[in-house]
Amino acid sequence: MKHLFAFFLLVLAAALPATASDTPLKDPVQEAAARELMKEIRCLVCQNQSIEDSNADLAKDLRDIVREQVALGATPDQVRAYLVDRYGDWVLLKPPVNRLTWFLWGSPFLVLGGVLIAVVSSRKKAAVSEPLTSEEQARLDELLRAAPESDQIKGSEKQ
Amino acid sequence: MTGFKRFIPLLIVLLLGAVFFKSMTDGHNPKEIKSVRIDKPAPVFSLRLLADEKIQATDAILKTGKPVLVNFFASWCAPCRAEHESLMTLAFDKGIPIIGIAYKDDPIKSQRFLDSLGNPFAQVVVDRAGRAGIDWGVTGVPETFLVDGDGIVRYRHWGPIVGDAAIGRVMAAVEDLE
Repeated sequence: MKHLFAFFLLVLAAALPATASDTPLKDPVQEAAARELMKEIRCLVCQNQSIEDSNADLAKDLRDIVREQVALGATPDQVRAYLVDRYGDWVLLKPPVNRLTWFLWGSPFLVLGGVLIAVVSSRKKAAVSEPLTSEEQARLDELLRAAPESDQIKGSEKQ
Repeated sequence: MTGFKRFIPLLIVLLLGAVFFKSMTDGHNPKEIKSVRIDKPAPVFSLRLLADEKIQATDAILKTGKPVLVNFFASWCAPCRAEHESLMTLAFDKGIPIIGIAYKDDPIKSQRFLDSLGNPFAQVVVDRAGRAGIDWGVTGVPETFLVDGDGIVRYRHWGPIVGDAAIGRVMAAVEDLE
């Protein structure tokens, strides 16, 4: 029984990938910086996970690269640039603002602007009216003078 | 509502339908990531030859003045087996030199893989750690790049080259260079 258990342990150990080390950096500050970066980097195999969350082999390799570069003193921007150089902007979970993505980032403001323009222009239309011509004014005065009478008519109609 | 205005919602629906139908049927794989290597020089590398561990090959082997295919493969990768026949066709029937890069693979197993299926590669180099793969922006094997005579990457085929249509696309990219 003991032997069998040892055998299973061996099998398990063999199944673990040997190439990727995934050991944390010795300097806790650097390790924390590397971890922060890993949260921003997309795993290119599973695609909707960061490399920090992913178990894919490629994600492990990319974690190693991030740690390696941070240990060498690369700034977060330099590490990002290294990866973008190879995999494109897509490797960043948060797309950067650039020539290709301005519409993506700008669209909420464009929609908001459009709505504002629509609201303002419809209000203007309602508020502004042509002044009455003298003829219209005369007719209005006449109607107002006749108003009490018409009320009486309405009243009689009701009955 | 005027006569035309009332048809606008219908037009929008039809237009969206056409867009969705097109993106469903054009054979585009949404998981495919666009290569940023296209029209840029091939990454610098120095890797040992599969045939001889004492010999390092560099990216200079890509600059032969003629188009070269670079194929990332591994013995552990099933789609690589599926595409192997196509690589043989490209190498021997179409006469395109192919450089093989054995990605994260035990060289002994890579050799066994080629011994049993045939070797379509002009040269095979060993990328044991997978770093060359990352430099090329490879997300998984197989992946194939077309490099022109000056060492500039011109085309990338994502996933296995299987079937005449896929071979045709690679050949069209080669012919575009000439």
